Amino acid sequence: MADIKAINNNKKSDENDDILIVNNIEVVYSHVILVLKGVSLNVRKGGITALLGGNGAGKSTTLKAISTLLASERGQVTKGSVKFKDEYIHELDPSQLVKKGVIQVMEGRHCFEHLTVEENLLTGAYTRSNAKEVKLDLERVYNYFPRLRDRRTSQAGYTSGGEQQMIAIGRALMAKPTMILLDEPSMGLAPQLVKQIFEIVKEINKKEGVTILLAEQNTNIALQYAEYAYILENGRVVMEGSAESMRDNEDVKEFYLGISGEGRQSFKDVKQYRRRKRWL
Amino acid sequence: MSVDLLNFIETVLNGLMSGVMYSLVALGFVLIFKASGVFNFAQGVFALFAALTLVGYQTGQVPFAHLINELFGTNYHHWYASMPNFLAIILTMITMIALAWVIERLVLKHLINQEPIILFMATIGLAFVLEGVGDLMWGSNVKVLDVGIPSGGSEWLEQATIGLAPEGSDYYGMYVDVLNVWASVIAVVLVVSLALFSQYTKTGRALRAVADDHQAALSVGISLRTIWVLVWAISGFIAMVAGIMWGTESGVQFSLSLIALKALPVLILGGFTSIPGAIIGGLMIGVGEKLAEIYIGGFFQIGALENWFAYVMALVFLLFRPQGLFGEKIIERV
Repeated sequence: MADIKAINNNKKSDENDDILIVNNIEVVYSHVILVLKGVSLNVRKGGITALLGGNGAGKSTTLKAISTLLASERGQVTKGSVKFKDEYIHELDPSQLVKKGVIQVMEGRHCFEHLTVEENLLTGAYTRSNAKEVKLDLERVYNYFPRLRDRRTSQAGYTSGGEQQMIAIGRALMAKPTMILLDEPSMGLAPQLVKQIFEIVKEINKKEGVTILLAEQNTNIALQYAEYAYILENGRVVMEGSAESMRDNEDVKEFYLGISGEGRQSFKDVKQYRRRKRWL
Repeated sequence: MSVDLLNFIETVLNGLMSGVMYSLVALGFVLIFKASGVFNFAQGVFALFAALTLVGYQTGQVPFAHLINELFGTNYHHWYASMPNFLAIILTMITMIALAWVIERLVLKHLINQEPIILFMATIGLAFVLEGVGDLMWGSNVKVLDVGIPSGGSEWLEQATIGLAPEGSDYYGMYVDVLNVWASVIAVVLVVSLALFSQYTKTGRALRAVADDHQAALSVGISLRTIWVLVWAISGFIAMVAGIMWGTESGVQFSLSLIALKALPVLILGGFTSIPGAIIGGLMIGVGEKLAEIYIGGFFQIGALENWFAYVMALVFLLFRPQGLFGEKIIERV
């Protein structure tokens, strides 16, 4: 795509390093609504890659296209391909994909409300059969999230938003994934808690070597933790680059971080300005 | 004990017993509703179909015999004279599982993520199709079902209670149908094993997870389709048990499918999502009906109160406790 503004020149050179390659996918909902208009991205193995963008940009759709959860929402990948470890995955179903090591943590947590916290975590290991290993992994998850250990017997529906996010991430971890698609972990959480969650995500990424593809509206925090980022707008990738270069980019500062040359601006002014100047 | 009191106890006892029969039907509804959010209108027809199939296997009927004979001018009726009950029940069970699989393939698979009302309509269609298939396969005549469950009044109870009435009174002991006692025992075993299964096994946990959140269940790699086949198969099994009980009591006839309507008030009382609710609701309806028939009906000289009293009870519940006695509270985070 010619209109992609690659601001980072030392773009990842080693193609074999990419665990996931999304090649120009187009997604249509209910056979008529075109949501993704050719999205391509590469996710480096063992890293944290961020997908940024506003509401309706197509972040969640991209993740669901990868995890193949789209089908249950009447969505369909009509063009392009998704390759995970040299294998095309866009025609598999979610349970096959989880077995291959790709799991999605959905936006809005989606805990099983009437199951206890521990049962929630155990459902994550549904595709695994070695009970001993599962037990060890449960301990591991409790070590990452000690708060869940304290609440193991309460119904998930009665836990707080932060705890539910922990349950959702812990549950995904129980599947022993090689890659987690993390959709909007900051949603509806206090800034303090967001930071805490991101710290744990980083730790999981480092210690377990789990590759993370993160969709986030909170550009600021996402760019602090990710190494590489894509910005989506209107179903297209409009910009990509290393997190560092993104943070320094004037347009990103302006549009997504709300900082202009004169320091922080009111969001109202940003919107005004944005109407005149667009990337596309 | 006075005769009045003894009569009251007898009424309650009989109410409890017939309540168990209602519970058995309601149970099938609850399971499917919990796991797939579908109100399976075809549950009653399931029971009918299971009972028909069981009789068919027992007596060695050739499926679709009428159709085949009509088309090819042949004259097939029976393969064999009889089959052991045990074997026939196992075969019926397998048939019900196969039926669940076929339904998933042909109907449910195409309706994933549709509105509940669409799924409901689909089950209405299913009910009629299945009734037609049952007719075509096994014929529409009323059949006798006997799998060796004893029935008739319990002599033991009659003898035991005859002495309780005061000397010289005109009392002949209590009447309780043994078949109903058996139904109760079987229902208890069923419910306990279901509860253990869904509480303590991995598949049971997955089942409850699916009931809570389809999307999330998908995302952790639970295959909805496998779970649905499983749930429909279990419901098919419960329908078979209900079909056997009802079929033994009143013969296998097509009005059997109407027991689904009796399960509705049970579900409204007990809550659509609760297994204990289905049991308690069934018992309450059973007892309420019998008591109303004898006491209210007797007092006001109204006949056949039993047939519609359950719906009145359901109506009262809808007014004052719409989620039912044990319906799941909708968890809302504050």
